[in-house]
Amino acid sequence: MRNEAYNFAFLDEGSKREIRRCTLKAVAIPGYQVPFGSRELPIGRGWGTGGIQLTLSLIGLDEVLKVIDQGSDESVNAVNIKKFVGMCTGVKTTTSTREATLIQSRHRIPEIPLRNDQILVLQVPIPEPLRIVEPKEEVTKKMHAEKDYAPIWLQLYESIVKYDKVTIGADYPVIVENRYIMKPSPIPKFDNPKLNDSECLYLFGAGREKKIYAVPPHTKVESLAFEDVPFEVEHFEGRCCRLCGSTNTYLDEIFDAQTGERLYQCSDTSYCREVRQSHGK
Amino acid sequence: MGYVAVSGGSEAIEQSIQLLELYRSGTEKDLEIEAIKEKMSLLVDRVMSEAGLYAPDLAALAIKQCEGSCEESVFLLRAYRSTLKRDYYSNVITTDKMRFSRRISAAFKDIIGGQMLGATYDYTHRLIHPEIEKEDPVKLHQRFKEILDKQEPVKTEYAPRVSDELKKEGLMDTYEENNETPFDVTEAILEFPAPRSAVLQTLTRADTGYISGLCYSVLRSFGQVHPTVGELRSGYVEITVEYPQKEDESLYLGEVLMSEVECFCQSEGEDSLKLASGYGVVFGRNENKAIAMAVLDRELDMGGEYPPNDQEFVLMHGDCIEMNGFISHLKLPHYVTFQSKLDAVRKTRENEDEK
Repeated sequence: MRNEAYNFAFLDEGSKREIRRCTLKAVAIPGYQVPFGSRELPIGRGWGTGGIQLTLSLIGLDEVLKVIDQGSDESVNAVNIKKFVGMCTGVKTTTSTREATLIQSRHRIPEIPLRNDQILVLQVPIPEPLRIVEPKEEVTKKMHAEKDYAPIWLQLYESIVKYDKVTIGADYPVIVENRYIMKPSPIPKFDNPKLNDSECLYLFGAGREKKIYAVPPHTKVESLAFEDVPFEVEHFEGRCCRLCGSTNTYLDEIFDAQTGERLYQCSDTSYCREVRQSHGK
Repeated sequence: MGYVAVSGGSEAIEQSIQLLELYRSGTEKDLEIEAIKEKMSLLVDRVMSEAGLYAPDLAALAIKQCEGSCEESVFLLRAYRSTLKRDYYSNVITTDKMRFSRRISAAFKDIIGGQMLGATYDYTHRLIHPEIEKEDPVKLHQRFKEILDKQEPVKTEYAPRVSDELKKEGLMDTYEENNETPFDVTEAILEFPAPRSAVLQTLTRADTGYISGLCYSVLRSFGQVHPTVGELRSGYVEITVEYPQKEDESLYLGEVLMSEVECFCQSEGEDSLKLASGYGVVFGRNENKAIAMAVLDRELDMGGEYPPNDQEFVLMHGDCIEMNGFISHLKLPHYVTFQSKLDAVRKTRENEDEK
C-alpha cells in the first residue's frame, strides 16, 4: 500500500526532526505558538497542512491513524488526508476513536473522552487569537510576551453591551494555565471544556501560518468569560440525533429537501454508529 | 432524505480525479513536454519563479499535468521540492557576470557596455496572427536554425552596472558588501521586521499578479516613489558550488536564466537630494515581475503609511501556494462552525424577542 518512491511519511528526516523539536517546545510552554519552518505538501495550504505535518512527523509504523473532518470519517477532506498519509506510510487506519493512537481532526474533538496513550492533532486556520483586535504579527507577539490581553477582553465586553451575549461562535478563545490566550482551532464551544484537564495530548498545527502549539494532559484550559456572564456552549435543548437518539452530543442541522423539515444528527459519525450498534439498531 | 452530510467521500474523490483526466484527454493531439518547454517558455519561467525551483523540464511536465494552471503547476513543484534533501548551498552568484540576451536602461541613452533590446513584446502590435494556425512547425524551426547556424559566435562581454557610475559620482550611496548568511524563507518563519534577504526572497517567489498589482498601486497613488528603470538585464548566470574539501575550487552545476532590475528613485539626503535604488531579480524572462519587485523593495525600504510600505502586509499575502490554498479551503465543509455561528445569531434574536 505504501508508495516506496517517497520517503516514509513524505518529508525528509531532517524536516520531520525539526517539527518534532518545535512540538516538544510547544508541549513545554502550553498555549504558546512556536514558529516552525512549515514545508510545502502536495495538499493545499489551508486544507490541514499544519496538522498533516504534525501527523507525518509523529507517525511510526505501529500507529493506528484516524482522520476526521467536521466529526466525520467519510468527509472528502478527511478521506483525502488519510489516503495521502496511507500512501506514504502504509500504516493502519481506523474510524474507531477507541482504536486510534493518532487522530487528526478538523473542527471537532471526538465525543468519546480520549486516553493518555492517544494524541489528537487539530488543524488550525488562524492560530493567533489576538488577530481580530490587531492585524500585525509584530505587535501581537509583543502583546503575548507582555500578557497584554486588554483589547480582547474589551471586545468581549463590547459584544455583551451590544447583544447581552458574547457572540463568538466556534474557535472561542481560551486561556491556558493562566498564561497564554489561545485559539482552540474552529471547534465548537461545545468542545472547549474537553481541553481542560484532559488525559490526552492536544497538538495544534497551522501550516500556512507556520505555527505549532500544544495543550498537554492535565493542563488548565478556561474559556474566556466574565464572573457575571459565564461561558455558554451551543444549545440543543429538546433535540436529539435522528439516527441514534443521543441528546448529549454536538448535532448537525440538516434540512429535508422534500419537506423542508429541520432535522438533527450527531456530527461525530463514529460515536453515532457506536451508540446505534450498542442499541442493536 | 435529500441530503447526506459530508459522506461518500472516497468514491466522490475518485470520480472527480477521473473527470480531471477526462478534461486532460480532450483531444488526440499530444502536448509534448519539449514543446511546452520551448514554446511556452514564459509560462514555464513564471511557474519556476513562483515555485522557487529552477527546473524547466519538471515545470513543463507540471503544466501538462494540470491543464496549464499556473498555480497548480507551482504547487506541484513546491510539493516535490519538500521531498528533497538540501545538499549544497551555491556560491554567491554575481549578475555582473551575466551572459545577457537583453539589457536596457530607461535612465540613460548611452550606457557602458551598451544597450541590447533583445526579445521583447513591448514593441509588437498585439494583433492575432491567424496564419499561425496553419504554420508548419518543422519549417519554422529549420528556418531559424539556418539563420542561427550562419551567425558567428561572439565572445561574452560583461557589462558593469549603470548604478556603478552613479555611485562613483556620489549621487547614490555605496554600501559595504554584506556577507552574512542570508535568511532562508523556505526553512524558517518570517519574523518582523524581516531582514532584507528575507524580503527579497519572499518577493522573488511571490505571485506575479500579486506583486504587479501592488506595484501598480504604488505608481498610481498609494506609494512614495516614482521609479525609473535604471537597468534591466536578462540572461544566463552560472551556478557553482564549493568543491568538497577544497575551498578554493568550485564545481560548475549549470546556468540559469534570470531577469534583473535596478530602479532609481529620488531620496532625501542629509542636506541635498540623492538617488536610491530598488532591486529585483527573478527566474526566467519575467521582466514586469522583476520591475514590480524592485519598486516594492524600494517602497518597503522607505516605509510610510500605505499598504505597500508595510512589510507584513506585502510579504505575508503574496505566496501563490498560501493564498490559493487558503482561498480554496473555503470550499471545504464548514458545517460545525456555521452551526455555531447560527447558534450565536439565534441567541441574540432570542434576547431581542424577550425585550
